[in-house]
Amino acid sequence: MQNLGIDVLFKGTNFLRLLQGLWVSVEISLISVAISIVLGLVVGALMTSENKLLKAILKIYLEIVRIMPQMVLLFLAYFGTTRVFGWNLTAEAAAIFVFCFWGTAEMGDLVRGSIKSIPVIQYESAAALGMNRWQTHFYIIMPQTLRRLIPLSINLITRMIKTTSLVMMIGMVEVLKVAQQIIEANRRTSPNAAFGVFGVVFLLYFIICWPISRFAAYLEKRWA
Amino acid sequence: MDTNVITEYLPLFWDALVITLKIGWQGIAVAFVLGLLDAAILHFQIPVLKRMVGAYIELFRNTPLLVQLFFIYFALPKVGLSLSAETCGWLGLGLLGGAYMAESFRSGLDAISQIQVESALSLGMSKGQAFYHVILPQAVSISVPGLLANVIFLLKETSVFSTISLMDLMFTAKDLIGMYAKTTESLFLLVVFYLIMLLPVSFFGTILERRVRHAEFGD
Repeated sequence: MQNLGIDVLFKGTNFLRLLQGLWVSVEISLISVAISIVLGLVVGALMTSENKLLKAILKIYLEIVRIMPQMVLLFLAYFGTTRVFGWNLTAEAAAIFVFCFWGTAEMGDLVRGSIKSIPVIQYESAAALGMNRWQTHFYIIMPQTLRRLIPLSINLITRMIKTTSLVMMIGMVEVLKVAQQIIEANRRTSPNAAFGVFGVVFLLYFIICWPISRFAAYLEKRWA
Repeated sequence: MDTNVITEYLPLFWDALVITLKIGWQGIAVAFVLGLLDAAILHFQIPVLKRMVGAYIELFRNTPLLVQLFFIYFALPKVGLSLSAETCGWLGLGLLGGAYMAESFRSGLDAISQIQVESALSLGMSKGQAFYHVILPQAVSISVPGLLANVIFLLKETSVFSTISLMDLMFTAKDLIGMYAKTTESLFLLVVFYLIMLLPVSFFGTILERRVRHAEFGD
């Protein structure tokens, strides 16, 4: 068997280009996660409200995000809205918009779940100690909610990084696209490069996501 | 939006829906079997296998399906393992799903308290009977919400199949946009067909979830 294309990676700046491609995905995920966490906290708090209309609207929003594949949302934002509204949208802006739309719903649901999981006895005990509503929320409910929330939102980061691999489909040059370019460019000299290059991309994603998800699991166990 | 175009495209999307559903459910079936097997191995702490299963779950939970499919479809033929696009589709989905299903099953199995096993054994049941009649029904009822979420997640992930040139919904829409530039109509049909595929699953899933919850003990 011939070489499997590992050497291709060390030709010129190929490996650096792969890493730069990966950074494109990671950068978009980090921006989207940051925005999603802020918006998600608001949406999650709104979900626990008693207002029926607000609840219905948020439920529909959540269901849309739950059912529509992220790829479809990306296509809608990038090809659909530009056609219907006639504006110009860069692939990056479309991607960040879609991942925020998705992340906010996910985060909102996590926030709602965490708030709901605090037993009523916590509220009652706080009231019995003479705390007012604001004090109860700030000193009793919030710290407990955050503890449950932090591991879950760290997990959201890894899911975001994995999902951003889809931006290739709307023409962004990220790690998979770079990998394809490298394989195409070296087709004659090392026809088996696909194995080595895609294998490395596979491992790169694992190396990024695995520590983050381990950290989340560790926090979850520790703070449970 | 042009209604003539939509009626013209409808049959194409029906065909694509059939392909998507076929490969999707094949993959999900593989994921269920693989997940249950893995969960059992982890639950009973079978040496050696336990480590392999652990590594498999971590590897597939921490990489995107797109990358997994690219590896299976484009890289494996280079070491002499050529698979058809369809096989790659259900195999990739099954491997990804198996890792997620295993976690859901395991959380159910681990949630059953030791006293249930001990009580079953003291009633004279064998280990196998205790697992089949006492542990499994309770574990499944706890796992159902997670398993359903996985089924929806996996059906959504089928949209990635278009990258390995399987003629699924996404591929059809992309193709029509590229060839005839009927963007609005194609995207409209794409959304409608994903709703047709996933709304029933979501709806019946909620009902099923409520039904199996009856099996749980109040604590």
